[in-house]
Amino acid sequence: MQKIYLDNAATTPTDSRVLKAMEPYFNKVYGNPGSLHGSGRESKTAILQARKSIAKILNCKPEEIIFTGSGTESDNLAILGVARAFLTSLAKSNFYSSGECIVTSAIEHHAVLYTCEQLEKEGFDLVYSKVDKDGVLILDDFKKAITDSTILVSIMYANNEIGTIQPIKEIGEIIKEIKADRIKRNIDAPIYFHTDACQAAGYLDLDVQKLGVDLLTLNGSKIYGPKGMGVLYVRTGTKLKPIVFGGGQEKGLRSGTENIAGIVGLAKALELSQAKRKQESAREAKLRDYFIKEISKKVSKVVLNGHAEKRLPNNINISILDIEGEAMLLWLDKYGIFCSTGSACDSQSLEPSHVILALGRPYEYANGNLRFTMGKYTTKKDLDYVLKVLPKIVSDLRSISPVNVKI
Amino acid sequence: MKTKAKIKKTDVASARVGDGWVYSETVKDHFFHPRNFLPKMPKKGEFDAEGQVGSPQCGDVMRIWIKVDPKTEKIKKLKWRTFGCASAIAATSMFSVIVTEKGGMTVDQALAIKPQDIMARLGGLPVRKVHCSVLCDKAFMQAANNYFRNKGQHEKIIVLGHKVIDKRLNITDHDIEEAVLEGARTLLDVQKKLKVGVGDPEAIPAIEQLIKFYLEKYYG
Repeated sequence: MQKIYLDNAATTPTDSRVLKAMEPYFNKVYGNPGSLHGSGRESKTAILQARKSIAKILNCKPEEIIFTGSGTESDNLAILGVARAFLTSLAKSNFYSSGECIVTSAIEHHAVLYTCEQLEKEGFDLVYSKVDKDGVLILDDFKKAITDSTILVSIMYANNEIGTIQPIKEIGEIIKEIKADRIKRNIDAPIYFHTDACQAAGYLDLDVQKLGVDLLTLNGSKIYGPKGMGVLYVRTGTKLKPIVFGGGQEKGLRSGTENIAGIVGLAKALELSQAKRKQESAREAKLRDYFIKEISKKVSKVVLNGHAEKRLPNNINISILDIEGEAMLLWLDKYGIFCSTGSACDSQSLEPSHVILALGRPYEYANGNLRFTMGKYTTKKDLDYVLKVLPKIVSDLRSISPVNVKI
Repeated sequence: MKTKAKIKKTDVASARVGDGWVYSETVKDHFFHPRNFLPKMPKKGEFDAEGQVGSPQCGDVMRIWIKVDPKTEKIKKLKWRTFGCASAIAATSMFSVIVTEKGGMTVDQALAIKPQDIMARLGGLPVRKVHCSVLCDKAFMQAANNYFRNKGQHEKIIVLGHKVIDKRLNITDHDIEEAVLEGARTLLDVQKKLKVGVGDPEAIPAIEQLIKFYLEKYYG
C-alpha cells in the first residue's frame, strides 16, 4: 500500500544529502571539539564552518549562533535565560522595577507557553496578546500589552497547527521604537524580542536584521535535518543566563559536548532548504490552495482554520463538522495517509487544541479538526488520493454520527 | 516484565498499565466495521425508546434506540449513532453486541452491564479513553428509563442522585467519578482537577473513600 506522509509540521525525513554530510562525524571525525589535539581541532573546524554557514543565512555573526538539543530547548533557553538574567541584574544593582512582564500569544507552541507559565509561577506577570479569528496577532492590542515592565516578547514566526504567519517585521519595529523610547526616558530595563521560527525555516526569510529579533529559535527536524538539534540566535548584547550547566560549551550558554554530526547536519539542512525556499514555497502554496478548494467542493461543512493567505505554503488545517478528528485520522491511516488532529481525543490531556480554541472557534471545530502538512516530497497525485479517500470516510462517519451542527 | 510481554502480545495497554495509546485488534475491528449502527434516523414507532448522552463540545455524543419484545422483555434490537473517537465508536458497537447476542438480554440484565465488562470484551482501552466506553451504558440507561416510563413501570426508573461532597465548591461524587475516569489516581490528582477539599478539609476522608471506590469500580 502507498504511504502518503502529510505530517511534515510534526517532523520531516532527513534529506540524504544531509545524512551524507553528517556521516563522517560519527566515527571518522570524532574528537571532542574541546580537545587541543588534531582530532579535536578537526571537530572544532566543522562546528565553526556550520556556525558560519547558518550565520550567513540569518545575516548575523557566527558567534551569535548557539547550538542546543532541540527547538524546545532553544525556546526554554531564550525565555528562562532572559528572565533569569534580568533577575540576576536586579539583585546585583539592588534595583527594583515595578515588576517583570512577559508578553506572548495564546497560540504559541507549548515549548513557549509552558515555559512562560513556569515563569508566571516564579512570580512573573504573563500577558497574552490577542490574535484575531485567523490567528494573526492584533498589533494594536499588542502595543497596549507592552508596558515599561515588559522584559520579553515571544511571538512565533508561523504557527505549527494552523500555519498562520505573524507580522514579525512589524513587531520587530514596534520593539525597536520601544527600546529607543526607553533610552530617551532613562529606563534601564531591557526588552527583548524572541521568535520561534521552527515552522517558518523552510519557507520564510530568516534575516534577523530585517526581522528585528533579538532571539530566534530553529531546529533540524522540520527542515529535513537531524532530530535532536536546535539553534538559538542570540543578538550581541542580549543578557542571557544558561539553563544547562557544565563544561561551558557554547559560550557557557549550553554546556555539554557538542553534537558535531547534528550541528553539521542542521547547517546543511538549513542551507538546502533556504536555497530552494522561494520556488518550493510557490509550488506548495499552489498545491495547498488546490486542495482547500477541492475539499470544500467535495465535502460539506468544511471550515479552513487560519488565514487564507498569511499562511505557510505547506499547511492545510480544516475542521470537518459532525465527526471527530481521531476517527478520521485512523481511517486515513488505514489508507496509508498520515496526518494529525487537534481533537481532544488525540491529546494526552483530553483537551482539544488550544490554538483552534484561541481563534474563538467552538469545541466542535477543534474536535473535528485535521491538519495536513506537506513537504518537498508531496505531489499533486498524493493530494488527489486524499481527495478521493477523504469524502468517503467523512460520509461513513457522518452516517453513524447523531450530531448535526449548524454553521 | 509480565505486563510488558502482555502489552506486546495483545497490542494494547490495559487500563491498569496506563500510558499506551494503541488500540486492540477488537477495538479496531469494531471501529472499522461497526455493528448495529443506525444509518438513517428511525421512523416513528420503529423503536420503543431512545436515550442520548454527551455533547459535541466535549467530544462524544451517543444515541441509542431499543426495541423490546413485549412478551419476554428481551431487547430484540439495539441501534446506535455515535459522534466520537475510535474507542467511543467501538465501545458502543461492542455494547450493542453484548446486549443483543444469544437471543438478547432483558432491559434489567442490560442495565447491569458495567463499563469494565465492555472494556474486557474490547481487549482493554488506553486509560485516557475509558470515559468513552462509560458513556454508552449511560446512554442506554436513558433509553431504559424512557422505556420504563412508556410502559408505566415508574418504579424501575433509575434516578441518579448526586451527593455533594465539598459544600464550599458544590462538588459531587459524580465530579470525583469523572476525575477518576479522566485519569486521576490520588487525592492530589483529584485536587489538581477539582480543588476539592482545599477549602473544606473535613471532606477529605470522604473524597479519599470515593477515589478508592471508583478506582476499584473502573480499574479494579
